[in-house]
Amino acid sequence: MEFSYHIEGGDFSKAGLASSEVKKILKQLNVSASVIKRVVVALYEAEVNVVAHAYEGDVRVDIAPERVVVVVEDRGPGIPDIPLAMQEGYSTASAAVREMGFGAGMGLPNMRKNSDELNIESEVGKGTKVTMLTRFNP
Amino acid sequence: MVLQEIAKMLDAEVVCGQEQINKNIRHAFAADLMSDVLRLDTSEMLLITGLANVQVIRTAEMSDIWCILFVRGKQVTPEMRALAENCGITLLQCKQSMFKVCGELYQAGLLPLY
Repeated sequence: MEFSYHIEGGDFSKAGLASSEVKKILKQLNVSASVIKRVVVALYEAEVNVVAHAYEGDVRVDIAPERVVVVVEDRGPGIPDIPLAMQEGYSTASAAVREMGFGAGMGLPNMRKNSDELNIESEVGKGTKVTMLTRFNP
Repeated sequence: MVLQEIAKMLDAEVVCGQEQINKNIRHAFAADLMSDVLRLDTSEMLLITGLANVQVIRTAEMSDIWCILFVRGKQVTPEMRALAENCGITLLQCKQSMFKVCGELYQAGLLPLY
């Protein structure tokens, strides 16, 4: 099963729409609440990152019987130093993002915590692709 | 504690989700930083916050949090209310500071998450 969603950069009013839809779908598929929470928290963090840093992005969700793979790909500034960005507390978020309750440098670490496999590819000046795999029976 | 008791004790207004007012709450977590809320492994809690925007409701939705108390007189907007109703989240708002609310609820027996 595959689903896709579009994310507009800078539009905080819509951040979380894709996560909300994915949550509904996983609930319908009777995935356990704890796994759903991991998947949607990780996706929500990724959505917030796209809204906070990129011009636009796309979410692709691929659900198989044993796992879900979420790919979030954006057109944006990219991440020059991924290990640095993965450090808790490191953030380049604007004041506006912080006022929304984010931008504390915990998004990427939390995505790693809430997925079984996390892969980040990024090209400066082009964009970032985040792939997260979560198994239903860990 | 029953949510109704909390609302009465703090003279808090129940903005929406009245149907959950008799549910029991044992734990609470207070934060204005939603990133901190998203890192919690547990869901059974009252979220106390002084941040009032639609992403607070989204954060609760993703975290399976069913009740939010807004402090410092922060007002729930119609957009926040609509989303909360849609997600089955009860919203309360009160005028007191976060420190006072946390102190009173702690004294009344609500437990911290850690």
